[in-house]
Amino acid sequence: MLSFKSYIKPKNIKEAYDLLQNNNAEIIGGATFLRLSNRKVDLAIDLIDAGLDYIKDTEENVEIGSMVTISEFEENPILSNLFNGYLKNVAETILSFQMRNIITIGGTLYPKYGFSDLITALLVLNTDIYLYHSGKISLEEYLKTKVHKDILEKIVIKKEKLKATFHYIRNSEYDFSILNVAVSKGKKVKIAVGARPGVATLAYKAMEYLNKNGLNENNIKEAAKIAAEEIVFADDIKTSKEYRKVVCEALVRRALLEVM
Amino acid sequence: MKIKVIINGEKKVLDIEPHEILLDVLRRYGYYSVRRGCDTGMCGICTVLFDGKPVPSCSVFAARADGHEITTLEGLPEAKEFAELLAEEGADQCGYCSPGLIVNTVYLKKLKIKKMDEAKIKLIGNLCRCTGYEGQHRAIAKFLGVEK
Ligand SMILES: Cc1cc2nc3c(=O)[nH]c(=O)nc-3n(C[C@H](O)[C@H](O)[C@H](O)COP(=O)(O)OP(=O)(O)OC[C@H]3O[C@@H](n4cnc5c(N)ncnc54)[C@H](O)[C@@H]3O)c2cc1C
Ligand code: FES
Ligand code: FES
Repeated sequence: MLSFKSYIKPKNIKEAYDLLQNNNAEIIGGATFLRLSNRKVDLAIDLIDAGLDYIKDTEENVEIGSMVTISEFEENPILSNLFNGYLKNVAETILSFQMRNIITIGGTLYPKYGFSDLITALLVLNTDIYLYHSGKISLEEYLKTKVHKDILEKIVIKKEKLKATFHYIRNSEYDFSILNVAVSKGKKVKIAVGARPGVATLAYKAMEYLNKNGLNENNIKEAAKIAAEEIVFADDIKTSKEYRKVVCEALVRRALLEVM
Repeated sequence: MKIKVIINGEKKVLDIEPHEILLDVLRRYGYYSVRRGCDTGMCGICTVLFDGKPVPSCSVFAARADGHEITTLEGLPEAKEFAELLAEEGADQCGYCSPGLIVNTVYLKKLKIKKMDEAKIKLIGNLCRCTGYEGQHRAIAKFLGVEK
């Protein structure tokens, strides 16, 4: 069980950040994952009233505050229409509607969970993370960077003309993915593989091969092989690394054919 | 600690522990329609409206509700009409899952959902171990006024 000595709901992010530095404290986003842990924490810092639940649509970008819940990808017209409903389709397969109504963007991206569907999906878009203390960093870099006691303030997604698709394999619709693959095609092709079970990563060699040689059926077959070779997989309770490798090749091929 | 919450339209001051879960607090204060199933956010049985949106009360800290609004099945006048449809369609067997399903479906009616497939995406988190869902889907389609 997770227990707190006190529970505070700061009115802004500065207050939350200051509290986080001085205490054995934990930020609360949606609390969905946190509450399954077994720990004693002095101070719970709930961001619900900190003014971080905004969605701003500008000509070039969409800004999403960290306390926006992932059901907004299906309910909010700005988010649900982005990239032809690409993010809506991904979000709608995550857990249940009730859970999506409390799971936050901040709680999804900050901890870099390997199983995260949205991290894989956002990695093939031009996504920046804004941390209160450390500032702006691309999602790609963020996933490789160690961050300590910071607060995710917002994410910014660049609006671009691109085609994107997300493929996964699960034992049941409701389960964590055994493997996630996202692909986008704008000026260049991007391929991300998640639930390896490690956190999502781009398939750099496969992307380079396609961006050099072009997108056609033969090159797609080859790129899918390259992706399956370059990505590092591991065993876990769900399946083996060998199985993930085979699935990766198939999903990358299917996803690329879809955006061709 | 004390929290001020509006529950089913009434202002309440509740005495809670900082780490108490909303589900437990609601039951302690007599809102017995709110029931525990999986306790991990997977079954939907504990669904209540938080500021008007369906959430699993087993996964929300009660302290979060301070200054916010909670609606349980007891506070939804439309619940009776849907409960009767569930009974008519044989979709209320042990009935344990019904309160959560009703709260979520009443919310969907406000969204003016037009297709059953859309409704199903939003109801996937309301598990039922008795009915096999067919009867529930007939009742839901009637209540929402959509084709099954
Ligand atoms: C039973 C179950 C099944 C799940 N299945 C899936 C699945 O299939 N696919 C999937 O993608 N996800 C799945 N999830 C994960 C779900 O998406 C996570 O619960 C979610 O990502 C956590 O979001 P949250 O807002 O509840 O974060 P919390 O639980 O509140 O926080 C998670 C961590 O992030 C920190 N944190 C939160 N917000 C911030 C912030 N703004 N800045 C800094 N730190 C912050 C917290 O301190 C904590 O350490 C599942 C979760 C559960 C409980
Ligand atoms: S008891 Fe809350 S979702 Fe199952
Ligand atoms: S009627 Fe028994 S669980 Fe649904």
